[in-house]
Amino acid sequence: MRIYFDHNATTPVEPSVAEAMSSALITTFGNPSSVHHFGQQAKKIVDEARSAVAELLVARPSEIVFTSGGTESDNLAIRGIAELAATTNGRRHLITSAIEHDAVLKTINTLGKRDGWRFTILPANKEGLVSAKHLADVIDNETSIVSVMHANNEIGTIQPIRELAAIAHDRGALFHTDSVQAAGKIPIDVKSLNIDLLSISAHKFNGPKGIGALWSKRGIRLNPILTGGGHERHRRAGTENVPALAGFAVAAKLAMKKIETGDSATRILRDRLENSIIKAVPSAAINGHLDFRVPNTTNISFEGVEAESLLIALDLEGVSVSTGSACSSGTLEPSHVLRAMGLSASRGQSSIRFSLGLDNNEAEVDQVVKILPTLVSRLRNLRQSSRMLVTD
Amino acid sequence: MRVVVAMSGGVDSSVAAALMVDAGHEVIGFSMQLYDQRNADTDFGSCCSIDDLHDAKRAASVLGIPHYVINFQKQFKALVISNFVSEYTSGRTPIPCVHCNSELKFTHLLDRAVTLKAEAVATGHYVRVEKDPKTGEFLLKRGLDPEKDQSYFLFALNQEQLSQAIFPVGNFQKTSVRSYARERGLPVADKPDSQDLCFVQTGAHIQFIEKHTDLQCGPGIIQNLEGKSLGKHDGIHRFTVGQRRGLGIQSGEPLYVLEINAATQVITVGPKCALERTCFTASNVNWIANTPPTGPITAATRIRHKHKTSSATVQSLEGGRAEVCFNEPQLAVTPGQAVVWYKNDVILGGGWID
Repeated sequence: MRIYFDHNATTPVEPSVAEAMSSALITTFGNPSSVHHFGQQAKKIVDEARSAVAELLVARPSEIVFTSGGTESDNLAIRGIAELAATTNGRRHLITSAIEHDAVLKTINTLGKRDGWRFTILPANKEGLVSAKHLADVIDNETSIVSVMHANNEIGTIQPIRELAAIAHDRGALFHTDSVQAAGKIPIDVKSLNIDLLSISAHKFNGPKGIGALWSKRGIRLNPILTGGGHERHRRAGTENVPALAGFAVAAKLAMKKIETGDSATRILRDRLENSIIKAVPSAAINGHLDFRVPNTTNISFEGVEAESLLIALDLEGVSVSTGSACSSGTLEPSHVLRAMGLSASRGQSSIRFSLGLDNNEAEVDQVVKILPTLVSRLRNLRQSSRMLVTD
Repeated sequence: MRVVVAMSGGVDSSVAAALMVDAGHEVIGFSMQLYDQRNADTDFGSCCSIDDLHDAKRAASVLGIPHYVINFQKQFKALVISNFVSEYTSGRTPIPCVHCNSELKFTHLLDRAVTLKAEAVATGHYVRVEKDPKTGEFLLKRGLDPEKDQSYFLFALNQEQLSQAIFPVGNFQKTSVRSYARERGLPVADKPDSQDLCFVQTGAHIQFIEKHTDLQCGPGIIQNLEGKSLGKHDGIHRFTVGQRRGLGIQSGEPLYVLEINAATQVITVGPKCALERTCFTASNVNWIANTPPTGPITAATRIRHKHKTSSATVQSLEGGRAEVCFNEPQLAVTPGQAVVWYKNDVILGGGWID
């Protein structure tokens, strides 16, 4: 039995998503920009996806720009706004938070260090929350964009987006949120959040990889980061990925339905897993805020255990988890998110993320709880040699 | 049983993994990531590069085994790179491979394997391990292919390590390893062999040392045996005992580096005949058997990887040291290199030349 508890990395594609994609791939090969019949058939798929994604976000179809995924959406929002603002109103200050995904953090870092923008990185508290007060302290009349993620990928913490956006608007700045880990997990209404730009990615909610969207509020202008044809209302050049969009549409509709019927199933499983682990494994501790959290994620530190080894040991037992962000595997650096929360390097290096999905069940949770204590105690007895170099 | 194979992405370790699979074991592939891949192209050599990790993953996929990249950056720096650099800046000529084998692969990687309930670690080294029927102890023997024998690099292993070590290609010739790789459809069948100094770019070890040390490198004096200054040099890390090229000195007869003095930064050079030594001592000696010899023994002795063994008398000294006297004087006994003793095919042990 293979157990998949890594849905924040990616999710299995729903069969109906795969069917829609396969059908689009085989029968609808036209270029959506073509005037003729074949083009029109393909355009229909693009339009339907635009409507479905808009509906998921309670937005207008015309506000959706399709991209290759969350990373591109984040880049387009930040670079697109920062570069246009710098040339129109002279604002050259950017604000983000210390717990962002690298798609945001490195984009802002690059704009700062390579291209000379001023930027400020907001801290997080020990529960992984960014505070509106901190933002109010650092924002100024030069700030063009504030980007703070909606839900964190490693610990699942949901940020006070509405409050943060209100402060940004008070000072005339725009507000962007990376909603890649929130979309499909919690209801999103861009109007009630009162934000300006939002990034999502299809493969985090049972859609295909390689497709995502940037929502930008009507009236907001941004510079494209890819130059070329006039696709996506001149915001994102390049022929549309029609089969992926067919899948994106179905995934967005499924996500709507799932959120409408409540996310209780996943939350119950997550809580069962979390409570049982804390009970069964000595010195296990949860990272992040217990309430302001997406319902599928728990991040747990196992003191004295090297997370990399625990991940492999679990995988050999058929259980797939991650040590934090899948995108940073291969580095030994403790998670920047956990460090920003003030956790020690050793606690950061002993943390495992369990992220559940619709396809999981109680038996899987119980199986993981059954094998975990033995693995943890075996790894805690690991001979001194392997640990002598792990220092704070 | 469950076996971890250390897979470098080369043909030898890929075939080692294949042979373990064929033997019916539950095989797990491990590859070590030894340095930050972002700087790998410019700062490091060929070993364990992104391409090698890619090759290891492809080989594991052909064999249908799980494969993991283990991050050993900190351990590699602490155990291999720092020693490599400090040896050169102390006027010695190190062999990082020995430390990498005994302290990284058969210590840290073995530890990881044990925690995963693996019973052994297999590598692609050309050596053999056998149990001595008389003593019950493990014997480390040369690889069957005399051209590829890597026993010199494994002299520092102890009985506990050998009890959990498997060297599947040690019984094969290199040519049959390659043809077996082809037969098994391993994509690395024709990949060139790695170099001894695998983590430093070819010809760039001097720059590598300078980048990794805080010490001021040079200048110093080059003198002859009579103490007469012949010229200047840019740092003792550029020299190794026995070296002839690159001295930058005009001379009627060929001159060789005879001695490197780290304290005074003086390099002493002289004619080839002055390179000959009969007796020397070694430190940090490892005897593979549990009970080291008490009296003097005669052993086939090797002082470099490619050195043809020569007979010597070896006397164990206090504090893990030994005195070695060759029957015939040998050229260039180089401090920092290993001296390894053999009895026929069996490695008795070795130590580090003082």
